[in-house]
Amino acid sequence: MSSVPLDGVAAAAGIEEALPLRIKLAARGLDGTTLLVLPAFLAIVALFVYPFLYGLWLSFQPKDGGAALSNYVRFFSDPFLYETIGTTLRIALPVTIVNLLLAVPIAMRVRLMRRQRILTTILVLPVTLGTVLVAEGLLNYLGPQGWFNRSLMWLGVIAGPVKLTNNYWGVVASLLITGFPFTFLLTLSYVTGIDPALEQAGAVHGASARSRFFRIVLPLILPGLAITFCLSFVQAFAVFPSAVLLGAPAGPTRVISIAAYQAAFEEYDYSLASAIAMIMGLVQFALVAAVLAGRRLLYRGPVAGTKG
Amino acid sequence: MTIAARHGVGALELRGVRREFGSLAALAGIDLRIEEGEFIALLGPSGCGKSTALNCIAGLLPLSGGSIWLGDRRIDRLKPEERGFGMVFQSYALFPHMNVRKNVGFGLSMKGVKGAEAARRVDEGLALVRLQSQASKLPGQLSGGQQQRVAIARAVVIEPAIVLMDEPLSNLDAKLRMEMRVEIRRIHDTIGSTTIYVTHDQDEALSMADRIVVMRDGMIRQVGTPEDLYERPLHADVADFMGFRNRMPGQVRAVANGRAEVAVCGTTVQGLVREPVQAGASAVVSIRPEDLVAGASASGIPARVTAIEYRGRAFFGTALAEDGTELFFRADRTVAKDEAVVLAPLPDRTLVFAGAPA
Repeated sequence: MSSVPLDGVAAAAGIEEALPLRIKLAARGLDGTTLLVLPAFLAIVALFVYPFLYGLWLSFQPKDGGAALSNYVRFFSDPFLYETIGTTLRIALPVTIVNLLLAVPIAMRVRLMRRQRILTTILVLPVTLGTVLVAEGLLNYLGPQGWFNRSLMWLGVIAGPVKLTNNYWGVVASLLITGFPFTFLLTLSYVTGIDPALEQAGAVHGASARSRFFRIVLPLILPGLAITFCLSFVQAFAVFPSAVLLGAPAGPTRVISIAAYQAAFEEYDYSLASAIAMIMGLVQFALVAAVLAGRRLLYRGPVAGTKG
Repeated sequence: MTIAARHGVGALELRGVRREFGSLAALAGIDLRIEEGEFIALLGPSGCGKSTALNCIAGLLPLSGGSIWLGDRRIDRLKPEERGFGMVFQSYALFPHMNVRKNVGFGLSMKGVKGAEAARRVDEGLALVRLQSQASKLPGQLSGGQQQRVAIARAVVIEPAIVLMDEPLSNLDAKLRMEMRVEIRRIHDTIGSTTIYVTHDQDEALSMADRIVVMRDGMIRQVGTPEDLYERPLHADVADFMGFRNRMPGQVRAVANGRAEVAVCGTTVQGLVREPVQAGASAVVSIRPEDLVAGASASGIPARVTAIEYRGRAFFGTALAEDGTELFFRADRTVAKDEAVVLAPLPDRTLVFAGAPA
């Protein structure tokens, strides 16, 4: 402190410049550990960012020449193509909603069980089976000669077999089975995150089981359910194998991924296929964005009843 | 203030209440009668069954046996929401997504109290716990002490027959605990409720309760006023819990006029007989550290000081008797570590209990 600096700001800046680069970077959160992100970053670039951008570019390069947007114009002027959006939504939305409606009460019950592990394992098993195995199984089980129809006929509920495969219901059944474990596991993690003392407090102060659920539990898991809805919906929206195997891929279950597949591998029009894939992505993104925007209106703080 | 506890419901009575968890008996047949308007503390070490008892009264745990009565009405089969009690939880269990007003008004809205009446009672509840200025905050924005007050307000605005409190002060710092003790007792007196207060802190129980129920291993060991328990514990384990830190095993020499002479720590001491003992039987002598004084008289228990600390008015220390028993004592002047001292027990403050059968 031999001299008083005339300009304090300049002096402070001078001191900052004197710090080694390594320390300055560390202060901004960049240090040796940051390098560990690199492999994952490269993988994402190679497997997601590049293919996405290439697909986007390709979708603007129509096979037969023409304007950049002609693939998109073609999609939205051909009912055979644009109606696949509605078809897919008609399958994916009900499946997602039904799975959520099933998952919440089951998760509420499973949370209280002592042998949670076993039940969770049983419920999650369909995930390990794979879509194709489930589809094959359902073809037999739900088919005209399957156990399901034969049981109903034996019970006298129906006179002749009900058609449940190679149509809308076959695809819905298959998606429910393969999508449920995923929806359930996510829901269970949100439900178990809620302090049981909150419901006890509700009960002691006069809330019935119904009020406890709607006034206490539901508001606290709703933000989590919104996320669960988005992830489950995106999965269901991309349905392909079961729509082909269990559905009627030429008509009622001609989902958007089938349209993209046909464009790419039957017409060999990769440009149109890319455009369809982009549209598919946009529809998913629009729905997810809408749900997440709604989620912003909800309470999203801690779900415990104390400061901890 | 118009918030007042519901009156005329009668006494709460536990008759042979049992609760088992697997093969473990958390409550091994409890009989207890709590009069209307009483402040009762359930006191005991962790695992003694006091919280289990409270949860059984609240209806959060089903009984394995016995019954619970409120006046002439049997309530142990009612759901918790049908009992009309208020409860303060150890973790407060405030609804994190509701602001203070909504938390306090929760019970009212469940009971169908609406509009101006509900608003008035919530205002009164907030005034009772002095939180009017925080009404629109979420629980996460409050300090521990404030959350505690919200939890109390939520429990009392429904004007419950009984307020249950499960170690409500255990998450607060020492100073706040002292303040809240006074506060809780004031609220109890203001609304005139029956309060059942679970705690493991005997200071809390002694300072707040009209009667204390000391529990151990799922059983009631003693029920009495704070003075009863502090001055006249019936068993050695109750005494232990009431601050009789010195427990000296010994052998009875003589018994006369309610006093016994017991051989302990290489000498003999006199004390008041609390459990029947006979000459020649084994016994336990209990005494508080403040009643075992170093250097007060020439006779007493010879011991060697192992540690000494200054605590305001007096010095308190630990010493080893000749037979290796660790003793806690008081000294009016400082003594050095390793110094030989004679610890004199005050005979009227020395209690003799039956010893474990050899």
